[in-house]
Amino acid sequence: MNLSLEGIRHAYGDKRVLDDVSVTVRPGEVACLLGPSGCGKTTLLRIAAGLEVAAGGRVVIGGRLVADAAAGLHLPPEARRVGLMFQDYALFPHLTIFDNVAFGVTDRSPATRARLHEALDRMGLEGYARSYPHVLSGGQQQRCALIRALAPEPDILLLDEPFSNLDVTLRADVRDQALALLKERRVTTLVVTHDPQEAMAIADKLWILYEGRVVQSGTPEEIYAHPRHASIARLFGPMNAVGGVVRDGAVVTPLGAFAAAGLDEGASAEVLIRPEGMRLAAVEGEGAHAEVIAAHLLGCVTRLRLAVAGVVEPLDALVPGVTHPRPGESVRVGVDPDLAFVFVGDARAA
Amino acid sequence: MLDHGARVSLAPPDASAPVLPARAWRPTWRPTWRPTWAGVVTALPVAIALLFTLPISAILLHLLLPAEGAAAHLATTVLPGYALTTLQLGVGVGIGVTILGTGTAWLVTLCRFPGHSVFAWALVLPLAVPGYVMAYAYTDVLQFAGPVQTALRDLFGWQARDYWFPQIRSAGGATAMLVLVLYPYVYLLARTAFLEQSVCTLEVARTLGCSPWQSFRRVALPAARPAIVAGTALALMETMADYGTVAFFGVQTFTTGIVRAWLSYGDRVAAAQLSAVLLSFVLAIVLLERHSRAQARFHHTSARYRFLPAYRLRGLSAAGAVLACAVPVGFGFLLPVLVLAGMALGVDEPGRLGRYLELLRNSFVLGGTTAVLAVITAVAMAYGARLRPTPLTHAANRFASLGYAVPGAVMAVGVLIPSAAADNALDGWMRATFGVSTGLLLTGSIAALVYAYLVRFLAVSFTAVEASLGKINPNMDGAARVLGCGPLATVRRVHLPLMRPSLLAAALLVFVDVVKELPATLMMRPFDFDTLAVQAYNFASDERLAEAAIPSLIIVGIGLVPVILLSRTIARSRPGAGAQAVP
Repeated sequence: MNLSLEGIRHAYGDKRVLDDVSVTVRPGEVACLLGPSGCGKTTLLRIAAGLEVAAGGRVVIGGRLVADAAAGLHLPPEARRVGLMFQDYALFPHLTIFDNVAFGVTDRSPATRARLHEALDRMGLEGYARSYPHVLSGGQQQRCALIRALAPEPDILLLDEPFSNLDVTLRADVRDQALALLKERRVTTLVVTHDPQEAMAIADKLWILYEGRVVQSGTPEEIYAHPRHASIARLFGPMNAVGGVVRDGAVVTPLGAFAAAGLDEGASAEVLIRPEGMRLAAVEGEGAHAEVIAAHLLGCVTRLRLAVAGVVEPLDALVPGVTHPRPGESVRVGVDPDLAFVFVGDARAA
Repeated sequence: MLDHGARVSLAPPDASAPVLPARAWRPTWRPTWRPTWAGVVTALPVAIALLFTLPISAILLHLLLPAEGAAAHLATTVLPGYALTTLQLGVGVGIGVTILGTGTAWLVTLCRFPGHSVFAWALVLPLAVPGYVMAYAYTDVLQFAGPVQTALRDLFGWQARDYWFPQIRSAGGATAMLVLVLYPYVYLLARTAFLEQSVCTLEVARTLGCSPWQSFRRVALPAARPAIVAGTALALMETMADYGTVAFFGVQTFTTGIVRAWLSYGDRVAAAQLSAVLLSFVLAIVLLERHSRAQARFHHTSARYRFLPAYRLRGLSAAGAVLACAVPVGFGFLLPVLVLAGMALGVDEPGRLGRYLELLRNSFVLGGTTAVLAVITAVAMAYGARLRPTPLTHAANRFASLGYAVPGAVMAVGVLIPSAAADNALDGWMRATFGVSTGLLLTGSIAALVYAYLVRFLAVSFTAVEASLGKINPNMDGAARVLGCGPLATVRRVHLPLMRPSLLAAALLVFVDVVKELPATLMMRPFDFDTLAVQAYNFASDERLAEAAIPSLIIVGIGLVPVILLSRTIARSRPGAGAQAVP
């Protein structure tokens, strides 16, 4: 089943939250809506579920039109066959784990009950079937909520910040387990998150939402390698910003020239460089001269803080290996052009 | 108020209107509803609000009628006297409950002395005793032939006119009775306010050089002031509403005036106009209460609830604290109950047992019916506002719960006037059309009485239901909807099970209030239909105090049930344990 949100608009009072947002999720795909808090991504999820009435646009689930603002059509949530997992899980405290999971299932045949018990067993919750939600740990509550959302076999699954309430040490495990379940069942899933690492880890396709608009969509690799805006580039971590002026189709900076096709000659431009794109030059005479201000071993990589002549702010470099220059030493640095992005204007303000 | 209510109801439900954020818990999104649901869900609270503001509207309409005959006479002769006595009672009770309630609350929350944990819950017990029952008990103790005066005469060999003794049947006596039963309102709210005060602010005060007494006066007391004012306002509303105590003591207030104008003179206009004047007093108190509650909301800057710094009292100060707490419990609960029990044991009329069972049954029928209806109405109102949190539904709920401020006597007048008018209209129409007289259908019926109770006590159940519903995470609603439940199924499968304890508590509170209610019952009960409160009042009015003791004791016993529940909550919540929320 595919999910298609077409031209969704929404406002709370005078505040415009969603402005002509279109998102499609193909059958069996896990799509991720990524954006900072307050960008309207949870509202979009609630509109898909029918918990919110959009001011404009259409929602189509599996070829069935379930909401069309222009036609005044709004199917209530209970008629949409969607699963929704809330950020706080919203388990019913007065029901046992089994009754929570069975809440949306109308058929109580022995076969169905066996299927639900099997699902609990698979997620390591069978021992808690008769317990109440308050005895579960955060990760267990999360798994219970996921099983509950999947139990009625919905056409699509919507997850709102599914892993953000979990302890960091638990997160990766729970995430892998959940993802394996979704992939195995080939559930069409739309996940909302503000965590780029999480989005990268689970998404087949990313939709970047910024101030109520989709600013870029694509596979995680595409977006990481070709961010369309400085703010998208910055989603995946802090960036080094270096200014320059366009000369002969390239931005000339103290760290070298970067291809800037399509930019006007003489325009000021900014180059954003990922810290992992900074290279220590092996050959003398190559790259730009820099002085090491600080060096920290982070484990498999070392973070160097570098002062580069002609650049006001110190630059960060993540370099492999445990042997590294000491503070005060002089080095020469180059840049991997695949991990440097050119934007018009002052990227530091973006 | 009528005008406002009518305007609210006529405004079309405007689905596109922006929803203003009026409450902290309210979700920021608009719940989704089919258009048909929107209509029902908006119309229901408005209809309830209209039905529930009818009595007040009826009274206010009578202000417009010309006063004639007895009414005009009444206004010029007795009004100043009523106003003066009512003010006197109000000031006396206000000062008394504030000192007694705040003082005891501070002692049991912030000081440690022998028995402080027992006093923490025992101080609530006087809440179970209605003012008129106190009046019966103390009259028996303190009257000329009572044990105290007799003992004094025997001891000193005095004769009847040799000595001065305070006259219990006076405005001062009524004030004392009301202070003793009403101070728990202030005690409860002040205690909560002291407990909720962040330990940090008190500790900061100490480090900034305040002594324990100074930190109480400069930090704890100002922070708790909105709660104390709110508690005092509640006690004052009860004082305004009191009929049994003042009537028994022969003190002339608005309530006695209203009941006399209605029952003795049959003067509808005079009763309505006295009611309107009393309502203006009550309105002032309501505004005071609302104002202080609004201030109480944003007080706490720090959410750390640890064990409060407790001052260990020793020697004389400990003895003083014990005495200060023992006096209100002793005189407000133990003594009157013992006196009543003594009087009841002196009555030997086993033949009357059937009569008491009948009274008990009548009180239970009225209380039970009202309690069930009040809870159902409250759930409908609160859930309507949850589904459609518009200014309209909120205004409707505010109006519908105004009745709690209306004294019983006023409520009776407000219900009787429209029901008599409806009866007359129906009777006239039936005579003209079919030549049949229907007489009085509504007036003097149990239905009208239950309606009056419902309007008066709806706020009790609504507050409990609204608070309980507000604690349920709105995502529960969303989860249930997405999992296939319609709005009604969501209530049935999610909200009602989660709210069950609160609904039971709400029903219990309404039930007890109805059983204790006197003036409205007195004015509206069907012919030959007596309740415990009415029978106790009638016995006492006939100076048959010993016989009044048995129904009085039963009322206290019933009133004890919610008080014990409350006391258990208090005993379980240790200072500093914090009031952490439910599901």
